[in-house]
Amino acid sequence: MSEYKTRDTLDAEAAALWKEYGGRDLTVKERRAIPQQDMPSQDPVARRSTMSEVALGYTENQVKVEALRCLQCKNAPCVAGCPVTIDIPRFVDHAARGEFAQSIAVIKESSLLPAICGRVCPQEKQCMLTCTVGKAMKDPEKSVAIGRIERYVSDWEVAHDAVESIPVAPPSGRKVAIIGSGPSGLTAAADIRREGHEVTVFEAFHKPGGVTVYGIPEFRLPKAIVERDVDNLISMGVNFQTNFLVGRTRTIDSMLAEDGWDALYIATGAGLPKFMNIPGENLVGVFSANEYLTRSNLMKAYQTGKALTPMYAAKKVCVFGGGNVAMDAARTAVRLGAEEVHIVYRRTEKELPARVEEVHHAKEEGVIFDLLASPIEIQGDENGRVTGIVCQRYELGEPDESGRRRPIPIEGDTFAVACDACITSIGNASNPLISQTTPDLEVNRWGNIVVEEATGRTSIDRVYAGGDIVLGAATVILAMGEGRRAARAINAELAG
Amino acid sequence: MNRIIRKRQLSADVYRFTFEAPNIARERKAGQFLIIQLDNDFAERFPLTIADADADAGTVDIIFQAVGASTMKLAAMEEGGSIANVLGPLGTPTHIHSLDGPVVCVGGGIGVAPMHPIAQAHKAAGNRLIIIMGARNRELLIMEEEMGALADELIICTDDGSYGRKALVTEPLKELCESAEPPAQVVAIGPPIMMKFCAETTRPFGISTLVSLNTIMVDGTGMCGGCRVTVGDETKFVCVDGPEFDGHLVDFNNMMLRLKAYKPQEEDHRCRIGADGTGDAE
Repeated sequence: MSEYKTRDTLDAEAAALWKEYGGRDLTVKERRAIPQQDMPSQDPVARRSTMSEVALGYTENQVKVEALRCLQCKNAPCVAGCPVTIDIPRFVDHAARGEFAQSIAVIKESSLLPAICGRVCPQEKQCMLTCTVGKAMKDPEKSVAIGRIERYVSDWEVAHDAVESIPVAPPSGRKVAIIGSGPSGLTAAADIRREGHEVTVFEAFHKPGGVTVYGIPEFRLPKAIVERDVDNLISMGVNFQTNFLVGRTRTIDSMLAEDGWDALYIATGAGLPKFMNIPGENLVGVFSANEYLTRSNLMKAYQTGKALTPMYAAKKVCVFGGGNVAMDAARTAVRLGAEEVHIVYRRTEKELPARVEEVHHAKEEGVIFDLLASPIEIQGDENGRVTGIVCQRYELGEPDESGRRRPIPIEGDTFAVACDACITSIGNASNPLISQTTPDLEVNRWGNIVVEEATGRTSIDRVYAGGDIVLGAATVILAMGEGRRAARAINAELAG
Repeated sequence: MNRIIRKRQLSADVYRFTFEAPNIARERKAGQFLIIQLDNDFAERFPLTIADADADAGTVDIIFQAVGASTMKLAAMEEGGSIANVLGPLGTPTHIHSLDGPVVCVGGGIGVAPMHPIAQAHKAAGNRLIIIMGARNRELLIMEEEMGALADELIICTDDGSYGRKALVTEPLKELCESAEPPAQVVAIGPPIMMKFCAETTRPFGISTLVSLNTIMVDGTGMCGGCRVTVGDETKFVCVDGPEFDGHLVDFNNMMLRLKAYKPQEEDHRCRIGADGTGDAE
């Protein structure tokens, strides 16, 4: 990634490019000559003390220039890379012409949450992975920045008060319960409601949104955007029942047998944090990333003085893991006043599961990466509070089944890091609550619900499942794809 | 939703609320708890035990001590008001079955409240029920009448001797363990230190001893892991694996340290709470 430039600088550069390339027919060679437009961001130092969104969004000049890079491939390989098959060339073409209303309308044919997806989808592993431009440059990061264009047009729609309500068919007399209000549940809710069915979304927390409200921080996904998308669903007539834990407040069996639901969609996510099982893991000051992020995001603990939920005071924080959640936790710690934040990860930078953009942002914000290392012990004082960790150094060996080179401990090579808090971010297992309270529901040995691939149908009649509770921990857009798939099957079942 | 229909003050800072929560009243079982949050934005989520419920009336009873910012704010609410958010019932219900010997329920202070549904369930299962209730003084004893109605034998202890025996609850518990008809099962609920010493009292006798833990929680559904405790060689989540565990295996010392995780912040907050308990004094 390039050095930091302000939004004004980037806009001026884009304006010059637009003068050169805009408003005329371009050859493939010319399109390829246009450099990818950098995402403007907040100043790397200033943003360390604020929760407001880091990525500021393209300017109009930038979005039009970036959209010109699209070759409008006839076979559209990008669409095949998108879990909800958005017609990408068409919406990008509209954006290149400055036809933003038409552009967002194309996206909305396939996705109702573009402002969220434009921000958090790992495009470089999906649409941008298969983009011809990126293929030619042998780097998906250099593909057409599809997500940034998507974000621009969805934000444009809101800024211009142009959000159109989604048409809903006349009442069908059938009712569907959606369990979980994360990306998968919200997508399914919209698609099912559109057909005129009564839809209620059940959520255990006091606010809908799932991982987009408790997990992903404000600086990466402003909560106002999630609220806006939920409000759109409410205006379509979708009901939300918060503070309702299916499995405890009511069992699936009772909902089917007594409460009159015609179909259920289980989209409860992957919500049981894994720990490392190393000595000291229950010391005071050791948190799961789920807890740390939920306190800060959902419970608003970063607003000290207003929020009653406290954050643990820590000046030096170690985060274990290398995914997007680990980056979110590390960057949250920076904003909450930690003076030194480490990411401890077993492999090298190349294998980090987090998006390149997130790693880049974390580095810009001063996060230290302790690579080829893994904690083997957490140490504490007489009050049981964390004082530091001991790490084992690793080297990379032969590739394993996943194709990644396997980390191998270097015998006797350990080092210590002093710290006063640790955050484990090594993934989530499936929450067993629903399977424990629903005896006939088939799950695999990891506790993920077993479904029929084409429909999301479970072992129980009229019960469907999708998202992370089926996939294991995955991404927002994959969960949405699953929601869409199950909605299609539920709509077909209710129509038949 | 969650409208308070009856408010009673049981002692200087202990309150009993009856509020409407038909779903919870219908589904709750002995040993389960709730999470309460007093507004959507800046309030904290905190667990409270269920003291009683009436499925037909659709009401739930909670008993709580106004000690922190949120419980003080809750205590300041009046009949007719509604609690913004209540989630439940949470936790794994108590495993109740018919036993060969007596069940001894030991409730310390406000721990008598969650003991009440468990005692009810044991009574319903036909078990002989001995209840030991302890408090610092007579003023702080709660639910004496209800527990007395359930118990085959009721033993009351106060630290200062102002009522019942002047003893800690472990004293009659030890006598029962040594008696000709020792308990088949002990259930102890109260302050961590009391549960720890109840477990130590029964350990030499090898009498199964359940304790019900109340740790720091955020979601209460297994998602955050903040409530985790060490039980034997394993880490367990109080919210989903518990709240009841084998008292002989719980690492109480670790649990008590973890309960103090936010002490500096809480003390700072207490300084800013106004006299009306609303926390708005800034």
